[in-house]
Amino acid sequence: MDFGFSPEQEMLRATARKFLENECTSGFVRARMEEPAGVTDEFWAKLAEQGWLGLVYPEEHGGSGLGFVDLTVLMEEMGRVVMPGPFFSTVLLGGLAIREAGSPAQKKEWLARIAAGRGRTTLAWTEPSARWDAAGVTCAAREDKGGFVLNGTKLFVLDAHLADVLVVVARTGEGKTPEEGVSLFLVPNGTRGVEVKLLPTMDQTRKLCEVSFKDASVPAEAMMGVSGKVWPTLARVVERATVALCAEMCGGAQRVLDMTTDYAKIRVAFGKPIGTYQGVKHKAADMLVDVENAKSLTYYAAWAVDENAPEAALAASMAKAYVTDAYRKVAGAGIQLHGGIGFTWEHDLHLYFKRAKSSEFTFGDATYHRERVAQLINL
Amino acid sequence: MDLSLTPEQEAFGATVRAWLKTNIPHEWKSIGSSEIPRMEQYEFLRRWQRTLFDAGFIGLTWPKEYGGRGFTFMEELILQQEMALAKAPPILNVLGVGMAGPTIVAWGTEEQKKRYPAKILSCEEIWCQGYSEPNAGSDLASLQTRAVKDGEYWVINGQKVWTSFAHVSEYMMLLARTDPNVPKHKGITYFLLDMKLPGVTVKPLRQITGEAEFNEVFFDNVRVHESQVLGGVNNGWAVGLTTLMYERLTLGFGLQVRLRIALEGLIDLARRMEKSGRVVTKDPVMRQKLAQLWIDTECLKYTGARAITKLLRGEMPGPEASTGKMAWVDTHQRLQELAMEIEGPYSQLWKGSDWAVEGGVWAQSFLRSRANSIEGGTTEIQKNIIAERLLGLPKD
Ligand SMILES: Cc1cc2nc3c(=O)[nH]c(=O)nc-3n(C[C@H](O)[C@H](O)[C@H](O)COP(=O)(O)OP(=O)(O)OC[C@H]3O[C@@H](n4cnc5c(N)ncnc54)[C@H](O)[C@@H]3O)c2cc1C
Ligand SMILES: Cc1cc2nc3c(=O)[nH]c(=O)nc-3n(C[C@H](O)[C@H](O)[C@H](O)COP(=O)(O)OP(=O)(O)OC[C@H]3O[C@@H](n4cnc5c(N)ncnc54)[C@H](O)[C@@H]3O)c2cc1C
Repeated sequence: MDFGFSPEQEMLRATARKFLENECTSGFVRARMEEPAGVTDEFWAKLAEQGWLGLVYPEEHGGSGLGFVDLTVLMEEMGRVVMPGPFFSTVLLGGLAIREAGSPAQKKEWLARIAAGRGRTTLAWTEPSARWDAAGVTCAAREDKGGFVLNGTKLFVLDAHLADVLVVVARTGEGKTPEEGVSLFLVPNGTRGVEVKLLPTMDQTRKLCEVSFKDASVPAEAMMGVSGKVWPTLARVVERATVALCAEMCGGAQRVLDMTTDYAKIRVAFGKPIGTYQGVKHKAADMLVDVENAKSLTYYAAWAVDENAPEAALAASMAKAYVTDAYRKVAGAGIQLHGGIGFTWEHDLHLYFKRAKSSEFTFGDATYHRERVAQLINL
Repeated sequence: MDLSLTPEQEAFGATVRAWLKTNIPHEWKSIGSSEIPRMEQYEFLRRWQRTLFDAGFIGLTWPKEYGGRGFTFMEELILQQEMALAKAPPILNVLGVGMAGPTIVAWGTEEQKKRYPAKILSCEEIWCQGYSEPNAGSDLASLQTRAVKDGEYWVINGQKVWTSFAHVSEYMMLLARTDPNVPKHKGITYFLLDMKLPGVTVKPLRQITGEAEFNEVFFDNVRVHESQVLGGVNNGWAVGLTTLMYERLTLGFGLQVRLRIALEGLIDLARRMEKSGRVVTKDPVMRQKLAQLWIDTECLKYTGARAITKLLRGEMPGPEASTGKMAWVDTHQRLQELAMEIEGPYSQLWKGSDWAVEGGVWAQSFLRSRANSIEGGTTEIQKNIIAERLLGLPKD
């Protein structure tokens, strides 16, 4: 047993930390918050150059063939700087869906393009019902003239306005269970009848869209995987993306703790650094416990998905439930311990606080995942 | 990162599993919070620990020449896991195995190492920990029990309090002041004290559960031979503390295991009890609470695994090693509160009532769990330590 990172992984961490501290400064993040793109072409090209856009894709498709434990290291570092932009949507949602469900031709084209920084995608899954289960998929894909016609509305779609192609979850039929009849389609952005609307968001580092389909026609080849039978694949994609999100959240929480302890050492009140007072100390200690526990569950989940372990689904839900609460608490405590300055726009804390909140409701909140845990342990 | 086991480790696990299957006594029924041996179980648990010792399933990481097996933490971990899965009885001599033994192995003279550790493992000699005093709890270094040199002997006078198992112990890890004229940490010596020496008086103290598991211990001119000093005169603070990190890990692993046993007991309870006409496990709020406990219990395991990995790699354990006690306390106290909530009005009934659920054992373990955030260093002190040593916040 070895429940730690390898020297190579530690090296990846060091490289990523240095790169992101230089390239993804607070100024960079704030500039991206103000504009729709969320990323610059230059920055995106550098991510590709580092090999990070294809980190978890097979080498035959231009990736590095690394696993989720490696990715965890990278995600933690990205979370540390609240990295904006379509990395998550492209690499871990749309891209992963293509890796898992795409036809050989779809993989060949899109994974290589994503890895090279020449293609972006996302997953159009949730709808106004905001459900994470299969019953929430109502967007209809009707067979028509050898192809399909899509109708429906997708909401909370990450970075759809930046995607070249959308991986769309739609219903091709009804079955005995809600899972039956769920299908995936690869739909080029700009297809007639597809409308993408960028929505104002609380966390401006994450761009959310509404995507509506009005009689949007796609050819038969747009289908990914077996018609009506892709729910388990989609669930696996989401499970993996969830674990990656947890890692990103851990990195953010760790950064808030670091910022807060640094500040507590220098901010003086009543003649002493505030870190001298137990009201501050004990809160900081609680933050550390939350952060360390969040990491333990996330690392375990990353290992479990890499191994395709039978408990991977349980591990992912345990992690998301815990990390969600932990990041929210830690980010809140960080603001509290900074006093008035933590409440300002100028200070970076709100970026983390808001990212904690947007992450909370991505792929199910803690309550949702605790219920999943209950089911998976047969309660 | 690799959580899988080598074939040898798998085989070791299988051996333990098979052994536990045939050797856990039939009369043992694990219910409630079984992390602390209860008085009425002492004789049973003494025999159980002896059985474990004879089979070589205790003291795995201790050197062979002193009664251990010379294995790594991995085997210890595997053993603990199998014990949890089999709902095995706990060991009785917890303080001996968790603290006295390893401290003696680390600091003892050859003679001391030959004399004590094996008998700790076999449970022939139970140990207690004589640290706390009426005026020295969290601030342990203020302890006042005096030891004055008289020829080859040290003469001890003073008092200890909250000394668990003192009434059934053969030996005590005793911290006493040997030099009152130096800063308080520097004048303390660690003694291996024979509880049968003249002048040692043990008075049981009744605690919140009504039982007397801890005691007051009085020393009236107790003469201890100088060969019973462990790790050098006036070096007691270092002796008492150096093995603490290591201990916290092993004890911590044991605690996680007992927690898992208690949680499974709680889930069984929830499956049998009803609330408003509905089985407890079908109640959405209760499901949330049970799932959270499950997550927190699992989490302790992985946090422990991270710390053990560092040890196995020969590195110093990081922050993850220090958070274990706090996280365990929080989880265990919540677990016990939930047991009360699940039982509802029945939680009020005490043993002796035919209506009491499982003989009232949960009510008892619930009360006992209040001590968790006090014993072995209070939660407030743990937080101070984390904030000052790990986060580097300034001392008061
Ligand atoms: C929205 C908003 C509106 C405001 N409006 C006004 C206004 O109209 N007029 C005005 O005068 N002020 C105003 N304030 C300022 C507010 O009163 C201060 O922010 C507050 O008193 C804290 O002071 P500080 O920001 O300097 O934090 P600090 O005093 O630096 O405190 C930082 C952290 O240390 C903790 N801390 C400090 N000392 C101790 C101690 N001894 N023991 C334990 N913990 C300690 C604090 O609780 C806090 O968590 C406003 C603040 C906000 C956020
Ligand atoms: C069931 C049980 C079994 C025990 N078994 C043993 C045993 O076998 N051997 C042994 O030696 N001891 C034993 N103890 C004693 C235990 O270690 C002490 O109770 C503990 O260290 C606290 O000391 P105290 O009781 O004197 O409380 P105090 O130190 O007086 O603390 C009182 C309160 O003040 C808080 N406090 C104290 N100092 C600070 C500070 N600097 N900052 C913030 N808060 C502070 C504490 O956290 C606590 O909440 C046992 C205790 C219990 C409950």
